[in-house]
Amino acid sequence: MSRRYDSRTTIFSPEGRLYQVEYALEAISHAGTALGILAKDGIVLAAERKVTSKLLEQDTSAEKLNMICAVAGMTADANILINYARQAAQRYLLTFNEDIPCEQLVRRLCDLKQGYTQHGGLRPFGVSFIYAGYDPQRQFQLYQSNPSGNYGGWKATSVGANNASAQSLLKQDYKEDCDLKEACGMAVKVLSKTMDSTKLSSEKIEFATVGKTKDGKIYHHLWGAEEITALLKEHDLAKGEDAEMG
Amino acid sequence: MLEAREFPPIFLCPVCKAPQLITSKYASTFLFIYQPPKSCQEVLLGITGKDFTLIAASKAAMRGATILKASDDKTRQLNKHTLMAFSGEAGDTVQFAEYIQANAQLYSMRNEADLSPSAMANFVRRELASSLRSRKPYMVNLLLGGVDPITDKPSLHWLDYLAALAPVPYAAHGYAQYYCLSILDKHHQPDIDLERGLELLRLCTDELKRRLPIDFKGVLVKVVTKDGIREIDYDDSKQVQSA
Repeated sequence: MSRRYDSRTTIFSPEGRLYQVEYALEAISHAGTALGILAKDGIVLAAERKVTSKLLEQDTSAEKLNMICAVAGMTADANILINYARQAAQRYLLTFNEDIPCEQLVRRLCDLKQGYTQHGGLRPFGVSFIYAGYDPQRQFQLYQSNPSGNYGGWKATSVGANNASAQSLLKQDYKEDCDLKEACGMAVKVLSKTMDSTKLSSEKIEFATVGKTKDGKIYHHLWGAEEITALLKEHDLAKGEDAEMG
Repeated sequence: MLEAREFPPIFLCPVCKAPQLITSKYASTFLFIYQPPKSCQEVLLGITGKDFTLIAASKAAMRGATILKASDDKTRQLNKHTLMAFSGEAGDTVQFAEYIQANAQLYSMRNEADLSPSAMANFVRRELASSLRSRKPYMVNLLLGGVDPITDKPSLHWLDYLAALAPVPYAAHGYAQYYCLSILDKHHQPDIDLERGLELLRLCTDELKRRLPIDFKGVLVKVVTKDGIREIDYDDSKQVQSA
């Protein structure tokens, strides 16, 4: 039945669905988990790094623009979109001499993604993003977008494999006005439960934070391996020697 | 052998004798870009204080030696807390100002947020700069006064027809510069309140009446605060004695 309607992105099926868009969403749920948590003084993004996969060569990673975003899905597609977003952000900076507000940047990307669900012949981008950013008007903001071009603002959200269980864990654990440190702890705990392997290590996950320094400057930080290991140790999730001894 | 290249003579504004820019866009022809003399005769003033920006613009609409109107409004409101005052070539000014106004309103509608005054100033500068490099540039001098909607900080931006932009605490365009900037240099303080701002403006307009041999028909005064833009009743009727 669906055969007749799923080869083209722009044709609705009789049930009113766009199969190619749904397949793109499906592709993402095979990618590693990525999650984002909004704290009162910053945002943390955490992602599972899938080192090898027998079927698809996919991984997740964090990218810096004028915001930080976590990527789930096809890296090649993501690179195109990231490049587009950087150009949009720089163009805005050039005309207004000011950083682009977060939601505008997210919307620009989503308008592009939406185009591929409507204009013929090409497949949609197989990527979901979680965006973390700051602008003076709305302070810290967390957004998520998917291949259909839909986006929304969140307090805590996840994409990729097991995102349903990650989402429900986040819903359980999320505390209003938690600080960045607590959010990092929550992120690493949720990741440890949703990932296939029981023991985490700095090779398997990635961390990035957006925060404010004491003198009010906004920083974007992609974590190094040592920092991740330290965080894992703090929460007793490291696969290090001491865990085996214990 | 290279021939000594003949440069055109330095071109002076026929009225204020200020040297004017000469650009050669096409190798064979020289394009003279100079301010129409009229724009020197129009008064634009701007003063910032601790929580406001004052903008004053002369009320005379002139064509050649004739005053066509004595209640001209040379300002346009761009969004809730940004006001632009303009002088220059007759049709260019309103055309350019309303083009900017429409773009500012479009931005506010699309993004459910207003551009900050400094972002607006940079946008206007870019539009002017690209116009300057076209066949028919806009001949417009501008003052852009505003209050930042987030920080509530007042600001004033000075732009001329060559698309030079400067954020300043007080500013003037045209002949008014020669009379008012020195007064403001002496008396302006960044933390003044609106009452003191109006006193300074009065000093300026009195000096213009005293020394400027042009009847600019008084000024229209508007003030930008965090609550928005409003016109101020400004009494111009008083006769000022010359020294």
